[in-house]
Amino acid sequence: MSTVYEQLGGDAAINAAVDVFYRKVLADHYVNRFFEGVDMEKQAAKQKGFLTMVTGGPNNYTGKDMREGHKHLVAMGLNDAHVDHILCHLRSTLAELGVAQDLIDTVISVAESTRDDVLDR
Amino acid sequence: MPTINFEGQDFVCGEDETVLECMTRSGMLIPSSCQSGTCQTCVIRALEGTPPPGSQNGLKDTLKQQNYFLACICKPEEDMTIGLSLVSPRNTVNVIEKDALNESVVRLRLEKPDGFSYKSGQFINLVRTSDDLTRSYSLASTPDDDFLELHIKRVPDGKMSCWVFDTLQVADEVAFFGPAGDCFYVPGKPDQPLLLVGTGTGLAPLYGILRDVLVQGHTGPVHLFHASLAAPGLYLEQSLRDFATQYEHFTYTPCVLHGDTPEGGQQGNIADIPARELGSLSGYRVFLCGDPPIVNALRQKSFLAGVSMQDIFSDPFVFAAQDG
Repeated sequence: MSTVYEQLGGDAAINAAVDVFYRKVLADHYVNRFFEGVDMEKQAAKQKGFLTMVTGGPNNYTGKDMREGHKHLVAMGLNDAHVDHILCHLRSTLAELGVAQDLIDTVISVAESTRDDVLDR
Repeated sequence: MPTINFEGQDFVCGEDETVLECMTRSGMLIPSSCQSGTCQTCVIRALEGTPPPGSQNGLKDTLKQQNYFLACICKPEEDMTIGLSLVSPRNTVNVIEKDALNESVVRLRLEKPDGFSYKSGQFINLVRTSDDLTRSYSLASTPDDDFLELHIKRVPDGKMSCWVFDTLQVADEVAFFGPAGDCFYVPGKPDQPLLLVGTGTGLAPLYGILRDVLVQGHTGPVHLFHASLAAPGLYLEQSLRDFATQYEHFTYTPCVLHGDTPEGGQQGNIADIPARELGSLSGYRVFLCGDPPIVNALRQKSFLAGVSMQDIFSDPFVFAAQDG
């Protein structure tokens, strides 16, 4: 069975998704303080990596990367509620791009599986 | 099988092997992370030879045009010399014009060496030949001009800028390296709306890009916002107003943070003004130059107003510590 990544249209579709997703995240006052002062282009590249991973595209990301990459944010107070917001933005991004509900559910469940790593538990 | 030259050594790239794998196998460790063409950690430049188009996926147009590529997904099709940047020869030239654009900005025009090529919006590193003091300045000229133009702001106690203001004279010799920078106009999409925003001498690269764009027949609307703390910090106002009269699709908006607002201008924080005046920026290509915190704020505001990340080009001016 092909991956969600392939069904979406691969690399180009993920590039479009990153713009939509990152814009939602930056506009959300509940979570955007975690993105203050970061280099936007590097951040967009990371988000592309994340979206590629959760849609099953080619990636080499590991739980350890997710854990190390978010430790400083956990120290700033990152918690479950913030992760909920991010997942909500991911869900609405995919819906806006016309992804079918069952595929969205698959993607969200993969993203959900990183929660403990992200929150360093 | 193609040969890759890196830092003077040749490496033979194996069948179905990427540049990154070839380098790593040979003990040359290029920084990398995702190894799948996503994170752009391993971006590197082909100084000779052409990278396969697929190895440039996701890179900005300005980087593609300079033959940057991702080593982790590049299976070379021909011999290439790769590296992080071109070693540019040092050019020694004479100053041909020096005049004040306002009380704190001077315009220098330098001879253009034969064969020197660059893109409007790039910068050079200016060198004082007596002691090799070096500072970066954006080019305000276009490749069609037969001189190189710099706008230099006087920085209090700035070694280079004070020397340029007080000592350097027409016919004196200076040197430079370059060009460098990836904030420039790539021809194509002539009907795309363009937004140019600069603070202070951030106008210099935009002035070059603007004239380039108008000459190259860009048909989409072009909006230039030039900001300063107060009206005396603006410059080239008349020339920009003349362009706006001459080209119907070009608008010029002088902006000040406080004090008297010039005719047709705006007052307020420049980070807020473009989106406030233009509304949605979806579909725009954006060029941002000048003070780093303002450039960063503009980058975020432009993105939130709808500009795609791939279409934001910026050049934050960084000043030497306790110097300029």
